[in-house]
Amino acid sequence: MSTTVIDHAPDHSHDHAHDHPHGWRRWLYATNHKDIGTLYLFFALTMLMVGGVLAMGIRAELFQPGLQLMQPEFFNQLTTMHGLIMIFGAIMPAFVGFANWMIPLQIGASDMAFARMNNFSFWLLPPAAILLVTSFLVPGGASAAGWTMYAPLSTQMGPGMDMAIFAVHIMGASSIMGAINIITTVLNMRAPGMTLMKMPMFCWTWLITAYLLIAVMPVLAGAITMTLTDRHFGTSFFNAAGGGDPVMFQHIFWFFGHPEVYIMILPAFGIISHIIPAFARKPLFGYASMVYATASIAILSFLVSANHWNA
Amino acid sequence: MEIAKRLQSLMVGTALLVTGLPSWAVVDSPGGPAVLQLNLQPPVTQIAREIYSLHNLMLYICLVIFLAVFAVMFYSIIKHRKSKGHKSASFHESTTVEIAWTVIPFLIVIGMALPATKTVVSMKDTSNADLTIKATGMQWKWGYDYIKGEGTGVSFLSSMATPREQIVDPTKIKSDNYLLEVDNEIVVPVNKKVRMIVTANDVIHSWSIPAFGVKQDAIPGFVRDAWFKAEKTGVYRGQCSELCGKEHAFMPIVVKVVTDDEYTQWAGAKIKEQAAKADDPNKVWTVDELKQRGAQVYAANCVACHQATGKGVPGAFPALDGSVVVTGPKIEQIKVVLNGRNAMPAWKMLSDTDIAAAITYTRNNWSNKAQENIVQPAEVLAARK
Repeated sequence: MSTTVIDHAPDHSHDHAHDHPHGWRRWLYATNHKDIGTLYLFFALTMLMVGGVLAMGIRAELFQPGLQLMQPEFFNQLTTMHGLIMIFGAIMPAFVGFANWMIPLQIGASDMAFARMNNFSFWLLPPAAILLVTSFLVPGGASAAGWTMYAPLSTQMGPGMDMAIFAVHIMGASSIMGAINIITTVLNMRAPGMTLMKMPMFCWTWLITAYLLIAVMPVLAGAITMTLTDRHFGTSFFNAAGGGDPVMFQHIFWFFGHPEVYIMILPAFGIISHIIPAFARKPLFGYASMVYATASIAILSFLVSANHWNA
Repeated sequence: MEIAKRLQSLMVGTALLVTGLPSWAVVDSPGGPAVLQLNLQPPVTQIAREIYSLHNLMLYICLVIFLAVFAVMFYSIIKHRKSKGHKSASFHESTTVEIAWTVIPFLIVIGMALPATKTVVSMKDTSNADLTIKATGMQWKWGYDYIKGEGTGVSFLSSMATPREQIVDPTKIKSDNYLLEVDNEIVVPVNKKVRMIVTANDVIHSWSIPAFGVKQDAIPGFVRDAWFKAEKTGVYRGQCSELCGKEHAFMPIVVKVVTDDEYTQWAGAKIKEQAAKADDPNKVWTVDELKQRGAQVYAANCVACHQATGKGVPGAFPALDGSVVVTGPKIEQIKVVLNGRNAMPAWKMLSDTDIAAAITYTRNNWSNKAQENIVQPAEVLAARK
């Protein structure tokens, strides 16, 4: 075999040693959409297991009437954290992982538009997940206010609630950056001749989902920031005694919450729209109508958040 | 796996199963779910009946749609599978179909919305009530005040009556109304429109009775209302329906619907009882009187967190036995009990005498021998300012 001599002259085209990092650098410094997609999917799988263990705890306690295994406050912590971990740790990152893997391939792009920001979007998640899961270990335990964190119950929680708020902030930032990346990629990097109405359905559903994410994650951030200031900085956004309104938290939260459930399902709609034609051996029926329907769902989702309120 | 190991797991499993056997006794819960009940509770008010019918209507619509969709699906999967060599139709769009399957579901939605809206409008109409009761959700009990109509002035707290041992000890038999029984139930006359004014003291709770078709969130600082008109006498039960902390599962609601005469009797007796029980504010109590009363107050209110042994739950709830607050200056303990601290809620809704009794009890019980070992109700009253 011939030996390759690395030329140390300024001509970097021969310098292959830096192109493909190996070992841990490959993953920590990943900018390749497939590697980042893989990272998201493994992260989501891990969080699925963690959330699953919490669900098993809930089921173990509920198996028989009465309290056999845990105090009621710990049970409430389990249900709360199961929800937060599954939503923000499992399902949302899993779909982002699919997006990273499939969108560049499906539109004929070489990678995502912002490869390095893509890396940052992913690597924000493990520290956020650690913050969320270790909230069980602080005095008072994890937040026990439910995944919807209604005020004023959330004001009564211990430091575990603050950790959950910070974790959700970080994961929200990650989602927003990911959404920006996806929109830019889809709108700018399609192969020549691929108009939007020729794009695979999964890319359409993710394009629409990305708009939803950018629209509503900041609203969640607002709601939980107000909860944080109510808890520690003397504000009364959700405290009637100070002139605030507990129901306002519900309004603001569900303005996020309803589009959030569509954020969680639209990518899955896109995936099904690929699987069924593949196995039915025929093209998707009513492609244009599917696009319009998905866009309508997204727009209408902002109007129906009232369904979730409890006033 | 070795037989010995299998046998061991089998024995552990059987032992666990057997300890839970008493809870397997299966009877209809008198005011709650029947054995194997799947449907909504039998309706006892007009609104509940409408809700029940709406629920049936929507279930039938769902059933028809379900059958249609799955029939088409199974037919396609079975009859058009690849090995049958079926050739699929070649059209990939059809505006007619798209319009049809937008308009028809839209009409179905309207068909469901019209009767539902009618019922929602009736649910909101709380005017012309015969009787008005205010329900205040607290962590973790309900407070009721009869504020208008016959029985005005009746006022009481309603806490769960299921003893803690039934919940935590698997060898204790659970009562028929396990988790659905209270010490003081609301009593209302039959066939009278009752307006419930619902509010809360601390966090959001929710007042709910499935048999009446009533559920209203109790929001601190705000008053909301709901109404019901029970058409049958009997006892009807519900549970707090909004997560409100650790004892959310343990603050049920019980309404007893009685005839007009029985109601008049009950209201009269209750008012007399309240007047008699009202503690003389000038009475000076002895340590033993306070301790005796305090033991009861402690068992009804404090034991859930601080435990009957006074040892609390390490890491979560501080021990009272040997606590600095309990053995130190009494004004500190009075303040903590009145105003709460961190996870401990405020107990200012209890009477001065009850608080004084509970504090005196803790100061003289277990290994505590506080120097300031007696608190008079008047001191608690003074500390409220």
